[in-house]
Amino acid sequence: MALMRDLGLQFVQMFLVVTIAPLVLGVTRKVKARLLRRVGPQLLQPYRDLWKLMHKEAVIATNASWLYRVAPYTIFAVTWVAAALVPTYATGLLFSWSADLIAIVALLGTARFTLALAGLDVGTAFGGIGSSREMMIASLAEPAMLLIVFTVALVAGTTQLSTIADIFISAPPGLRVSLGLALFALMFVGIAENARIPIDNPATHLELTMVHEAMVLEYSGRHLAMIEAAAALKLVLYFSLIACLFLPYGMATIDKGEAALVVGIVSYLAKILVLAVLLPIGEMSVAKMRVFRYPAFLGGAFAAAALAVFLLFVSRGF
Amino acid sequence: MPSLSFDIAHLLAGSMLVLSFVLLYQDRITAVLNVFALQAIALALSVAWQAIAQDAPHLLVTAVVALVVKGFIVPTALHRIVRRLKIHREIEQVIGGGPTMLTGLGLVALSILLVEPVKEGVNVLTREDLAFALAVILLGLLMMITRRNAVTQIVGFMSLENGLVLAATGAKGMPLVVEFSVAFSILIAFIVFGVFIFRIRERFDTVDVGALDRFRGERRDSQ
Repeated sequence: MALMRDLGLQFVQMFLVVTIAPLVLGVTRKVKARLLRRVGPQLLQPYRDLWKLMHKEAVIATNASWLYRVAPYTIFAVTWVAAALVPTYATGLLFSWSADLIAIVALLGTARFTLALAGLDVGTAFGGIGSSREMMIASLAEPAMLLIVFTVALVAGTTQLSTIADIFISAPPGLRVSLGLALFALMFVGIAENARIPIDNPATHLELTMVHEAMVLEYSGRHLAMIEAAAALKLVLYFSLIACLFLPYGMATIDKGEAALVVGIVSYLAKILVLAVLLPIGEMSVAKMRVFRYPAFLGGAFAAAALAVFLLFVSRGF
Repeated sequence: MPSLSFDIAHLLAGSMLVLSFVLLYQDRITAVLNVFALQAIALALSVAWQAIAQDAPHLLVTAVVALVVKGFIVPTALHRIVRRLKIHREIEQVIGGGPTMLTGLGLVALSILLVEPVKEGVNVLTREDLAFALAVILLGLLMMITRRNAVTQIVGFMSLENGLVLAATGAKGMPLVVEFSVAFSILIAFIVFGVFIFRIRERFDTVDVGALDRFRGERRDSQ
C-alpha cells in the first residue's frame, strides 16, 4: 500500500510537469504580448496549438531517413524523463535516487544531440546552420552548467537533487556569494538552452538569427507537436531546477501528509508562475545578440560559475 | 557553520571580486566608470562591516574616505574628463575578451593558492580577505595591461588600490595616518593622470596608448 502511494506521488510529479508545460509557455507569451501593448494569445493557446498539430498530416521529405521520424519522439521522451526527475513539490520520491544533476545534464545533452542530427538529416541549408549554431551554443553552455553542478555539489556535498533540496531546507546555507553566482550562471545557461531572447528568439523565423527554429523547420504535424511539447517541457525543467536549488522552501520533505503535499504543490506552482512572469520581463529589456557575441555571453556565465567554485574553496578554508 | 558576520564579510569582499571581473569584461567607458564607483561603494561597505565586526571605530573613517573619494569624487571627475574628451560613447577594443577572462580566473586561483598555506595564528576571515584582496590587485594589474585607453588604465590602477585597502583592513586595521596618506597619494596620482591624459590628447589627438608605441617607433606594422 505504501509502495502504491509512493508510486502515485511519483506519477503525480511526472504528469504535473507535462500538464503545466504548455500553460507556462502560454503565460510567458501573454506577459510578453502585454508588455508590447498587444492583447496576446489566450493562456490556453499552446494546448490548442498542440491539439491542432496532432491532427494535421505530417509531411516528410522524400530523402528523410528513419532518424528523422524517430527523433521527435526520442527528444520528447528524454526531456520528459529529465523534467520528471527534478523534484518539484516534494523531495524523496520513489525515483529520487536517480535524480542526479549530472544525469539530467546528460539527458538534456542526448536530446540536443538528437535534435541536431535531425536538423542535418534532410540536408537543407537551414537545418545545417541551425545544428551548427546549436552545437556551438551547447559547447559553451555545458562547461558552465557543469561548474554550476560542482558549486552546488560542494555546498551540499552531493549531486542528488532531492538530497540537495532536503539539505537546503533543513540547514539553510546562509548568505553565499557562490550560490548567488551559481544562480546567475544558471539563468544565463537556461536562457541559452531554451533559445530565449538575448541568444535566440522563439517567436521569429528570420533566417539570419534563428537557431532552434532553423533545426525544426522541416517538421510538421505530430512530429512538430512533439518537438514543441519538448521545448515547453525543457523550459519547465529549468524553472523547476532554479526553484529546487535556490528556492526549495515549501516542498514536502519527510512529512508527506495531505496538507504538506498541498502546500508543496501550491508553492511550486507559485514559484513557476513568478519565474514565468520574470522571464519575459527580462527578455523585453535586452536586445537580441549577434551570433558572434554568444561566446562573450556564455563566457560570462562560465566565469561566474568558475568564480563560484573558487570562492567556495576560499571560504571552506582547507 | 560559519556565523552571519562572517557571511556578510564574505559577501561584501566577494562582490568586490565579482565587480573586478565586471570591470575586466565591460567595454563601454561610462559603464566602466559606473562599475568602478560601485566597487568603491562595496569596498566602503566591506570596511565599515569590518569596523563593526572588529570593533575598530577608526576603520569607519577609512570607509568614509573610500566612499567619498573613490565612490564619488574620482568617478565624477573621470566622467567629466571622458565627456570633455568626447569619448563617453566610445566602445573600447578590449584585447582578447575571452583569454583575458581566463587569465583573470587563473589569477584568482593563483591568489587563493598563495594564501592557502597560511594557516597558523590567522582566522579564516583574514585569510579570505587576503585572498580576495590579492585577487583584486592582480585583476587591476591585468586590466591595466589589457586596456589601451588611458582612462580605463587609470580605472585599473584605482581598482588595484581598492584591493590594497581591502587587504589592509582585513589584517587587524592599519594606522589612520597611513590610510590618509594612501588616500591623498591616490588623489594626487589621479590629478597627475588627469593632466597626463590631456597632454597625450593634445599631442596625439587620441587617448589610445597604442599611439605612444607608434611614436617610439615600435609596432609600425600594426597601425
